[in-house]
Amino acid sequence: MSQVVTPVAEVPLKKIKGIKFGILSPDIIRKMSVTQIVTADTYDEDGMPIRSGLMDRRLGSIEPGVRCETCGNTMAHCPGHFGHIELARPVIHVLFVKHIYNILRATCRECGRLLLPPEEIERYKRRLERLKKHWRLLAQKLCDQILKRASKVTVCPHCNAPQYKIKLEKPYTFYEEREGGALVRLYPTDIRSRLEKVPDDDLRLLGYDPEVARPEWMVLTVLPVPPTCVRPSITLESGIRSEDDLTHKLVDIIRTNQKLKENLESGAPQNIIDDLWSLLQYHIATYFDNELPGAPQAKHRSQRPLKTLAQRLKGKEGRFRGNLSGKRVDFSARTVISPDPNLSINEVGVPIDVAKILTVPERVTEYNIEELRELVIRGPDQYPGANYVIRPDGRRIDLRYVKDRHALAQQLGPGWIVERHLRDGDIVLFNRQPSLHRMSMMGHIVRVLPGRTFRLHLCVCPPYNADFDGDEMNLHVPQTEEARAEARLLCLVQEHILSPRYGGPIIGATQDYITGAYLLTRKDTLLTKEQVCKLLAAAKYVGDLPEPAFLKPKELWTGKQLVSLFLPKDIFFEMKAAVCNKCAECRKEDCPFDSYIKIVKGEMVCGVLDKNAIGAQKPENLLHRITLEYGTDVGRDFIDRVFRMFLRYLDYRGFTMGLDSLDVPSEAYEELKKLYDEAEAQIRKLIEEYRAGKLEALPGYTIEETLEARITEILEVVRTKATEMAGKYLDVFTSEAMIMAKSGARANILNIAQMCLCLGPQTVRGERIKRGYRNRTLPVFEPGDIGAAARGFVFSCLKKGLKPYEFFFHAASGRDGLVDTAVRTAQSGYMQRRLINALQDVYVAYDGTVRTSDGSIVQFRYGEDGTDPSRSYHGKSVDLNYVVSKVLG
Amino acid sequence: MVVVEDVRNKVLTIEEIEARLALLEGQLPRKLIEELLSELSKRKVTGKQLEEVIREILRRFRKALVDPGEAVGIVGAQSIGEPSTQMILRSFHFAGIRAFSMALSLPRLIEIVDARKKPSIPSMTVYLDEEHRYDLNKAREIAQQIQLTTIENVARSTEIDYVNFAIVIELDPEILRDRGLTVEDVKKALEKAKGRGGEVEVQGYTIIFRPAVTDLLKLRKIRDRILNLRLKGLKNVKKAIVRRDEKTGEYYIVTEGTNLAAVLTIPGVDSRRTLSNDIHEVAEVLGIEAARTVIIQEMQKVLEQQGLEVDVRHLMLVADIMTQTGRIRQIGRHGVAGEKPSVLARAAFEVTVHHLVNAAARGEFDELRGVTENVIVGNPIPVGTGLVELLMSHE
Repeated sequence: MSQVVTPVAEVPLKKIKGIKFGILSPDIIRKMSVTQIVTADTYDEDGMPIRSGLMDRRLGSIEPGVRCETCGNTMAHCPGHFGHIELARPVIHVLFVKHIYNILRATCRECGRLLLPPEEIERYKRRLERLKKHWRLLAQKLCDQILKRASKVTVCPHCNAPQYKIKLEKPYTFYEEREGGALVRLYPTDIRSRLEKVPDDDLRLLGYDPEVARPEWMVLTVLPVPPTCVRPSITLESGIRSEDDLTHKLVDIIRTNQKLKENLESGAPQNIIDDLWSLLQYHIATYFDNELPGAPQAKHRSQRPLKTLAQRLKGKEGRFRGNLSGKRVDFSARTVISPDPNLSINEVGVPIDVAKILTVPERVTEYNIEELRELVIRGPDQYPGANYVIRPDGRRIDLRYVKDRHALAQQLGPGWIVERHLRDGDIVLFNRQPSLHRMSMMGHIVRVLPGRTFRLHLCVCPPYNADFDGDEMNLHVPQTEEARAEARLLCLVQEHILSPRYGGPIIGATQDYITGAYLLTRKDTLLTKEQVCKLLAAAKYVGDLPEPAFLKPKELWTGKQLVSLFLPKDIFFEMKAAVCNKCAECRKEDCPFDSYIKIVKGEMVCGVLDKNAIGAQKPENLLHRITLEYGTDVGRDFIDRVFRMFLRYLDYRGFTMGLDSLDVPSEAYEELKKLYDEAEAQIRKLIEEYRAGKLEALPGYTIEETLEARITEILEVVRTKATEMAGKYLDVFTSEAMIMAKSGARANILNIAQMCLCLGPQTVRGERIKRGYRNRTLPVFEPGDIGAAARGFVFSCLKKGLKPYEFFFHAASGRDGLVDTAVRTAQSGYMQRRLINALQDVYVAYDGTVRTSDGSIVQFRYGEDGTDPSRSYHGKSVDLNYVVSKVLG
Repeated sequence: MVVVEDVRNKVLTIEEIEARLALLEGQLPRKLIEELLSELSKRKVTGKQLEEVIREILRRFRKALVDPGEAVGIVGAQSIGEPSTQMILRSFHFAGIRAFSMALSLPRLIEIVDARKKPSIPSMTVYLDEEHRYDLNKAREIAQQIQLTTIENVARSTEIDYVNFAIVIELDPEILRDRGLTVEDVKKALEKAKGRGGEVEVQGYTIIFRPAVTDLLKLRKIRDRILNLRLKGLKNVKKAIVRRDEKTGEYYIVTEGTNLAAVLTIPGVDSRRTLSNDIHEVAEVLGIEAARTVIIQEMQKVLEQQGLEVDVRHLMLVADIMTQTGRIRQIGRHGVAGEKPSVLARAAFEVTVHHLVNAAARGEFDELRGVTENVIVGNPIPVGTGLVELLMSHE
């Protein structure tokens, strides 16, 4: 990073307005060339580049310190210069074969005119002119049609010459089929002279632009040689030079070309010349594209196929997708992440070691000069310091090598720029791959902390889809004021609490937060004054304590009171909690399980806070209401403070799930056994029926499928019943597992049943396990056994332990799940890439219409009502019910 | 003054509210006004309160509008792409027995955005008119008319009598009854197909068919043709099953295989609601707007079944892009992405070399108006904050 910033006056700034594509004509190739290349060798014995060789110094400087012979610049500034090779015989440009073929077919072999009568040409010309103005695609279609029509003509309407069928033998050999099916080879020389005859106007009808792409230029007579910086040679540690693939290919071309030239001059027999000619053609073809169908790949000595021009552009790591659509950046860091509940959701903890390397450029003004001087004096090794100073003339000074930093600091004045260390309060972008949505990259405010990991608040895990099992994340430091402003105003985490995907909060409570909130707001939670103070301190509450809910025997507060302190004073809210028992008739406020949440004027009247009220990815919940009604600042503040209180309460109370939270009475197991025996009996009966041929097929199914479906159904019932039993024998007052399952913090009741009652059916590929040995899944079963256990039903539970065969089935099912995930990721990744590509240019214009980049209208009003989903209430532009109730009281 | 006070505090009648809300037309979407009316009609509102409500709603509605420059395309694509990573690849195997397996999962979603010519499981949902909607038997009758029945379906056995050069078809009376057919119907169909010199003889439930051929091979071919003879129903519709909508209590028919054009002509079918899941077929029969609706609905079905929430606006945008030109374009190389005006954008997507070479031959000009092009040349992208251009005098 010690490059000299050139003063603005020297380099005229220009904005790229557009890019015109075309084909290089031989004249242009010669004109832009600095030298003709004639020698196939690169370096001489002394390691000096040979003049007129492939590594000619005039092609640009690639060694540090050496100035370019053409432009006089050093390596960093020399853009490189083209050379050229005069080909002894013309050769077809493989990538244009299709175009050459089309033009040959559509034009006359004698006079070169388009094979359509003059009046038709006129008609098409007018039509094409009209289409070209507004309908690019239709114009292209018309050209294709003209081509098709013209290729069918057998006699030239202009000169009456008979036309022969042109045959293309892939990859680049042309033949003409004369009368009687005799094939006559068309040499590139013939082709070139034919193409030369085609008039410009006729070419336009075929969709070509003769100004920049004359068809004869598709047959090469001169080959441009790219500058050396495009194909640098690598010097290995052992001192051996290794050349780039392109250079290798060019060596081949020059050698063959030289040989061909010599043979032509000496008048060698035709067959030798033909052989050399086609060899030259082959080398030039593979120089452009080494994955041509029908031609052998050009290979390196080690049998590795050469990476030539087309291969450099193509594919994920090619120039386009790898270097142009996605670029490498400076001012970034990556390390492991870990949680820190004491941060704000807006913050990210940055290790000091990282903060000392990442810098923020700060312009010296009279207001900050003292502060920046201090930083410069502290230098690059002491935290908060600075790494670089940029002088007004653009010179960059590396503070590592400055002997007297005090002196430098004194020189500082307005116009200088100091690249100071990252410090608290700076804004950075934080990202976790895969970046599937915009919440995968959000703005965070720096908190420099000891340690070696990035720290983040647990509530921002859902948008990043992060956990702490070794995940790494990236951090980027915006370098301009504009970028910082956008990061702060648009990208900051709090601006993304509400997701545009479904119009609901994506940031919210997970896991322990939910458990804590549930336990704190439960009816039976009563807190002493000391506890209340500690909890409120955790939430950084400033203000008076509310009236205690109980005065006797001592002053006690409820958890709901504490939460109420942080609610906006005029909020109304009503919803069913996740712990709701789903009674047939909801008694609302009088819910015996306290699972109806009601907040009136910022006061929690009843209900418990759990996943439904504060959970992440639950639209229309309390967080949603707060953020939408009172703004993102209030939303963030609520999450920061109240959530910390929930965790603190959980710390005080203690929360442990042990084996005893899965204890069910022994009659439960008896009941389960009975259930299973019944199911087994049913299955046995079904199988008997099936064996006797008495089973009737369901409509649209074979008998076997029917049997499978019925058995699956019976086993599914066992699982459901087991789940119900878990709900019956365990409750939130005795089982921590149940607290988590019911409040939505983690797992569900089915999982609990799997742990303490019955693991249930295992599946592979969505069916019962059926593969294994002949007629049986495992040798422990009788051949032909298709009963419950033999096909993967696990009767045991995880707590008691699995039988060996059950364990095997469980493992098989688990592995299947992994495979499934892998396949799915690839598929949906590709789908998303295509979606993004199709929709990336679509935006809302200032007139409210939705347009693509060329200005065509897609929708007159976005989403038919112009509402931004992230500002909607779960898709609704206005929550009428709430507004009306609020106004009417 | 007293009078004015009175009006402002008076509880308004529904008509008065309606009249006031009608003035909002043009400022609020019609649907919102309707909802507001139904919400207000449940309560007592005074004039003052009504104004307050309206002011508040207008304020919130304007606050919820999209900002100019918002990259709704990218947001939409992400909002569909992101949840799709959470999809379960194979659809759930349902406990309970289903007449069809519906491909409602990631593959189906890909199928929709790809605009495949034929869905892997083509199906129609046929709604019935007022008369047939609530009557199971009448609904069944229509289902019979829709479901394709061939002779093979109703035959218990078919044999070739090589001695007499005849084909003996034994019909299954139960199935015949089930499908609403008689022996006579079968005979008629056969007579139509018998050709010159052929004979059809009926003996109870056995039909003897004597075509005028003496070639054994030909006889076999004729048998195969006869077995596929259509007796009733529509081409391509393999199955038609009557279902009941638990909410409205109406019966409707779900089919396997589609033939929308034909099904709409059957009396008793509610042609306004009946749809096929084949996008191209719908575009052909009902037009491009209907196809757009089907794209949205089909995507919604998949997402709903997977329990993933995605705002309709995103789906609408995808459907609109796909149908923008009046024909259905797939999202991908041969559709939307491949027809972009920018060479660089196309080259950056797929088949890079091909696009560059063609652009050179055609002498194309890239105006750098899209996102990818500007990223490539290193300019700010023209969406979002990059859309804003500021003009100021140079002084």
